[in-house]
Amino acid sequence: MYQYDHYDQTLVDERVAQFRGQVQRYLAGELTDDEFRPLRLMNGLYLQRHAPMLRVAIPYGLLSARQLRTLAHIARRYDQGYGHFTTRQNIQYNWPKLEETPDILAELAQVEMHAIQTSGNCIRNVTADHLSGVAPDEIEDPRIYCEIIRQWSTFHPEFSYLPRKFKIAVTGAAHDRAAAQVHDIGLNLLRNAQGEIGFRVLVGGGLGRTPIIGQVIREFLPQRDLLSYLEAILRVYNQYGRRDNIYKARIKILVKALGAVEFRAQVEAEWAYIKDSGLTLDQAEVERVRSYFTPPPYEADAAADSSLAQWQIGDPAFAAWVRHNVADHKTPGYRNVFVALKTPGVAPGDLTADQMDAVADFADRYSFGQIRATHHQNLLLPDVRQADLYPLWNALAAQKLAAPVIGTLADMICCPGLDFCSLANASSLAIAHQINEKFDRLDYLYDLGELRLNLSGCMNACGHHHVGHIGILGVDKKGEEWYQISLGGSSENDVTLGDILGPSVAKTEVANTLERVLQVYIEQRQDDERFLDTYRRIGLEPFRASAYVNEPEAIAPRKLRATQRPAVEAA
Amino acid sequence: MAHIIKNRQIIEDSWQTIADDAELPTGSVLISLARWNQERAALLERSDPLGVRLPNTANIADLVADLPHWPVVALEFPKFADGRAYSQARLLRERYGYQGEIRAVGDVLRDQLWFMARSGFDAFAVRADRSLEDALAGFGDFSESYQPGADQSLPLYRRGRFTKT
Ligand code: SF4
Repeated sequence: MYQYDHYDQTLVDERVAQFRGQVQRYLAGELTDDEFRPLRLMNGLYLQRHAPMLRVAIPYGLLSARQLRTLAHIARRYDQGYGHFTTRQNIQYNWPKLEETPDILAELAQVEMHAIQTSGNCIRNVTADHLSGVAPDEIEDPRIYCEIIRQWSTFHPEFSYLPRKFKIAVTGAAHDRAAAQVHDIGLNLLRNAQGEIGFRVLVGGGLGRTPIIGQVIREFLPQRDLLSYLEAILRVYNQYGRRDNIYKARIKILVKALGAVEFRAQVEAEWAYIKDSGLTLDQAEVERVRSYFTPPPYEADAAADSSLAQWQIGDPAFAAWVRHNVADHKTPGYRNVFVALKTPGVAPGDLTADQMDAVADFADRYSFGQIRATHHQNLLLPDVRQADLYPLWNALAAQKLAAPVIGTLADMICCPGLDFCSLANASSLAIAHQINEKFDRLDYLYDLGELRLNLSGCMNACGHHHVGHIGILGVDKKGEEWYQISLGGSSENDVTLGDILGPSVAKTEVANTLERVLQVYIEQRQDDERFLDTYRRIGLEPFRASAYVNEPEAIAPRKLRATQRPAVEAA
Repeated sequence: MAHIIKNRQIIEDSWQTIADDAELPTGSVLISLARWNQERAALLERSDPLGVRLPNTANIADLVADLPHWPVVALEFPKFADGRAYSQARLLRERYGYQGEIRAVGDVLRDQLWFMARSGFDAFAVRADRSLEDALAGFGDFSESYQPGADQSLPLYRRGRFTKT
């Protein structure tokens, strides 16, 4: 992974000192709340329901064992002994003290980590495919370009006070595992007919109140033009994005208002001026950054192992885990292992400090000291020898990190909701728990097959409910929690936004309604059709017809008032 | 007389900001773009220095012909979180080669000065209720920067990043 040089380290250290000064000035009354807010947000610090919340960047999802141990140490020393991994490959702490956050940032800086631009109206931590560099279907490694973008966007002088937050995702494989089509900018690495590396550029995707799928504004952008083109897009947005209404300030609204053709024309006009400037990316820099992402020393004979096959035959529980929680690797004899942060009864994405230390140890022992955070709120050990899968499974199981449910209904994406987030309408975690309890039989989960269930506690859609095969959104009705269910969303190549099933349902009825929806799927599916494919084939009606039979009191959803809660800190 | 920061020093401000309906006094004056557009012919006759204050919605490309007449361009920050003027400053400096003073006016505070300076501002009318001495510290927050800006046309990696230690 990337390693800081003197410059990277100096900048991060200087950032810590700057923030320490800002906290002191805030506590001394020299900065008002309004003045301090963007400063703390640009260091990942929110003021939340119970305490501040600190979001730490895990650049494009990569962690070393040493870094994960520091995250564990921070959880123990400054928090309540756990952390929460998010859909954007970051980690959040829910209980730090404001006064201590500069010390936390200083500890992070010692292991080349930070919380820079994890919030605020600036360019956020860039995200990538969690299988970057190890996916069998990879065209080019996104991590190199993510690091280059990270450096370009860090403390960008022109783009630190944008109309709204700005998220970039990069994919480098045939399969989009980073939800690139629902980002402000999505970049798909590809090669043209001459074999040159470039990017398909999508812009204006996003979820939230106005979910929109990104539009392609360039089919092939040569590698050398990556940064100048990004700068042109951001410059158009900075000047013309709306600033009068927080709900209309994302770039998607600008792209929609102008139309993709006109937006593209403006970007290209701007780009024409800066195309051949200092921003032009030279091959030497790409190669320098690439040198940090060389493959680890894989063993040439790793595939000769026969123990894996034997254990799979001998131990059905292990076999099930391999089937669900282990993904193919581009190197023969190696596998990608998901560390499932989906233990029933625990909030999806949560990990205790002891578990973090344990995973760091497993990474050292089995995966060249490397860990990844995934968009689906799990961790991944990217380079495990197949011969090590069995001992690793045992070790993970002892830490309750081997729930064999990756890709199933139980592998939910879920935002923190009312338990932690001051914007929430709903206790998304309680709903996740309710669903876990109802659908606790593995054979039933397996029978349902691949299923993406995404849960958000409010319209801000941090739980990506629009793009879940099944989405659940918490809505507030006269102070009561209700839940709106949508079907048919996807964040992958076949991206779609879900359709609303019908009236929202009472809190106690979510899992029951889901069960009736799933029953329709079970009855209607053909062969081994996924839920999503059945839905696409038969449409909403059969689901709607069956979903509500037992719930006469369901009432029509009401449009949320935009002013319901201050949304300035919407994650 | 009010003070501003210019080239990282506190100086007396010799420029008077004149309301649109007020008579123009002698000496250096800053007027609005609207007034410039309205009284352009008469103002071109004026011998004392004249600078213009641009709203952050002004399109710099439309003003290129007028830039040589203005020794000072003031760019507005109606709220410090409204970052449009950063783009205006960079365009003035980098695209149109403007050599005069680019002054930040409005909600101008210490914690944004670093970004402003990198975008091409060289003068800062810090908000009246804040200390200029304190604000000066804002320029020293960082010693380096990754990306090109108005102050530096090359990214860090093309400035000998790997030959120094
Ligand atoms: S979706 Fe809403 S409730 Fe959930 S974390 Fe985001 S802002 Fe909070």
